[in-house]
Amino acid sequence: MKKNVVTAVLMTLVTTVLLGIIYPLVVTGIARVLFPHKADGQLIVVNGKVLGSRLIGQAFSGPGYFHSRPSAAGNGYDASNSNGSQLGPTNRQLIDRVKGDVATLQAENPNVPVPIDLVTASASGLDPHITPAAAAFQLPRVAKVRGTNEGDLRSLVAKHTEGRQFGFLGESRVNVLELNLELDEKFPAQRHARAE
Amino acid sequence: MTANGWLQITFFLVLIFAVTKPMGVFMAHVFSRERTFMDPVLRPMERLLYHITGVDENHEMRWTEYAVSMLLFSVVSMLLLYLIERLQGFLPFNPQQLGAVSPPHLAFNTAASFTTNTNWQNYSGEATMSYFTQMAGLAYHNFVSAAVGIALAIAFIRGIARRQMETIGNFWVDLVRSCLWVLLPFCIVGALLLVSQGVVQNLRPYDKAALVEPFQVQKVGPDGKPMVGPDGKPVMDTVAEQTIAQGPVASQEIIKEFGTNGGGFFNANSAHPFENPTPFSNLIELFSIFTIGAGLTYTLGRMTGSERHGWAVWAAMAILFLAGVTAAYWAEAHGNPLLPGVDQRAGALQPGGNMEGKEVRLGIANSSLFATVTTDASCGAINGWHDSYTPLGGMVPLVNIMLSEVIFGGVGAGMYGILIYVVLAVFIAGLMVGRTPEYLGKKIEAYDVKMAMLVALVFPLVILIFTGISVVKGFGTSSISNPGPHGLTQILYAFTSQAGNNGSAFGGLTGNTPWYNTSGGITMLVGRFFMIIPMLGIAGNLARKKYVPPSLGTFPVTTPLFTVLLMGVILIVGALTFFPALSLGPILEHLLMSAGKVF
Repeated sequence: MKKNVVTAVLMTLVTTVLLGIIYPLVVTGIARVLFPHKADGQLIVVNGKVLGSRLIGQAFSGPGYFHSRPSAAGNGYDASNSNGSQLGPTNRQLIDRVKGDVATLQAENPNVPVPIDLVTASASGLDPHITPAAAAFQLPRVAKVRGTNEGDLRSLVAKHTEGRQFGFLGESRVNVLELNLELDEKFPAQRHARAE
Repeated sequence: MTANGWLQITFFLVLIFAVTKPMGVFMAHVFSRERTFMDPVLRPMERLLYHITGVDENHEMRWTEYAVSMLLFSVVSMLLLYLIERLQGFLPFNPQQLGAVSPPHLAFNTAASFTTNTNWQNYSGEATMSYFTQMAGLAYHNFVSAAVGIALAIAFIRGIARRQMETIGNFWVDLVRSCLWVLLPFCIVGALLLVSQGVVQNLRPYDKAALVEPFQVQKVGPDGKPMVGPDGKPVMDTVAEQTIAQGPVASQEIIKEFGTNGGGFFNANSAHPFENPTPFSNLIELFSIFTIGAGLTYTLGRMTGSERHGWAVWAAMAILFLAGVTAAYWAEAHGNPLLPGVDQRAGALQPGGNMEGKEVRLGIANSSLFATVTTDASCGAINGWHDSYTPLGGMVPLVNIMLSEVIFGGVGAGMYGILIYVVLAVFIAGLMVGRTPEYLGKKIEAYDVKMAMLVALVFPLVILIFTGISVVKGFGTSSISNPGPHGLTQILYAFTSQAGNNGSAFGGLTGNTPWYNTSGGITMLVGRFFMIIPMLGIAGNLARKKYVPPSLGTFPVTTPLFTVLLMGVILIVGALTFFPALSLGPILEHLLMSAGKVF
């Protein structure tokens, strides 16, 4: 018994050093050498300024941007406060929120059913993606505000659409932040739209 | 449901089938102390560890000493975790300068949670835990609580395999060999694979990004309420910056799944893009959750000399897995009938379905699959919030945990869990034919069945008592966030998850209260250790028995008939115990939802 007590204490300390300190530091070191950009979160840096991460969504509300999904992370897309809405399927708050968002969205695209991801909060609150359906739904609005033709915009959306990984894993998705950043670069009419 | 969705689910099951034998053989070698290809590197490390800690690797333990050693190790390592949490403000690797985890009952709940392999989280990782606490406190327990589970399963298997012996192995040796041979090498490779997909791994302070489109929010006053100016208009604040939480995530992510722990580095767990950025990272995580549990079925067969018995157990698990994933996928793909004006149909441009609390890159198939897998095993990681699942979709994970998580199961815990059911199954078969039941040449007698029943009874007892108290007392019901039958499900899920050492949650329930922290902590400790001790008692008792060669009257445990009987026992014991509670929670909610009722 006494011997096992001593062993329990020593075993805890030694394995903490090995598995709790040496192991993660070794992995950090190797990751830094093999995948430095990915290990640091794939930050998008323009002129020395961090604009975001390609994996972390941001909120967009201007009509000239593609909008992300609703977010329950902090005040919206708070990447130090990841969370979903935690609303159950029969909760009135959920139903009312969705109805409100549907009404707003259908004002710009009457009688077209709204793709479900565009009116539902993601699990992380940081979802960087929308479905191609949600992008297609918003495309006429963005094209109009930016004064560009829909065909050009469609090919830009296609450029930022990732298909299923290896052809069958996961779902097709559009990276909203990267798409919007390139929108500003290619069709910079947006500044006026926001001032409206 | 789509063909592609089913392709992904089938592909996953095929992978698990393929890994079962190699993993099982490897573990059989490791714990029988036969040579493996890793010995040249690991053997010296192992010897060094024993030298420092004073372990005699040739010493064999009776089941009582094995249990005492396991308890001592758990107590000491739990205390250390509590101290790390409370002292993290003074410890290194804390770039956000986070203070002590408080109040103390939260630190207690978390320490109990990680020691018992539960990983129930009443805190938000990125806002509460320093990098040091995550690495040396939480991820460390992800390793050792898993290693303890594997050790216990191996001890039980030895109990079945050994004849007229008093001992079932050495706890310290099993613990160390689990860590060094089984867990560590897989994790180093797996962590780097995850980084290649975009899981972060760094020690830098949280990054600040300048938002492309800043936005306005109403300011919150010191009283926690939205602020209103003297003119009655809301006081607004501009959000122009995004704080991006970082950390040594990949190294923790992989053991979180491989050790079926489930405690997310971030609050959003495997839904967070930094924990699970791509469909491939999602597959790696799913694969990691089932690998050891599946492998142990083969180890069981191998070490007891009946590989076909191992496969018969595997088949029962695989069938129950498919039943669960089918139900969850069906329910989630159907979506929520209460939402008008939305398009929930699957098509070329979207997966459709109930997307509240799910991520676009993962969609419906991968989210339903993950929810099923994480609760078949006692993992508890989530890639979508179960609270926002449809009533029946959310019932699948709940039922999986109620069946004691024996569908491949938590590492080790799933194996000794299903062996309890096996004991009951052969006992019932014995009753039906009127013979003393035998299991792999061992007579199953009164003591074994009593202990098995103890395990089978403690579990629902602790769940139903605490749920009962919580739904009639204000300190319980005030934490509910979703009204109606869903509120009962939230509480029922919380205690089921903690008693089953799962750790997933209906996350809307406010868990960080004195009542839930304390009752939850106790539930987790009971759910772990009150299962383990009777189970080790059976193991010790079986090891002592002499071998009885099979005769014509022996019920064979290698046939499809056995598989069916085993599934029957699992379903009857698990489901009937909880059916009344389920009918008042998710089943009622489903009926009301279909009738258009909103709460």
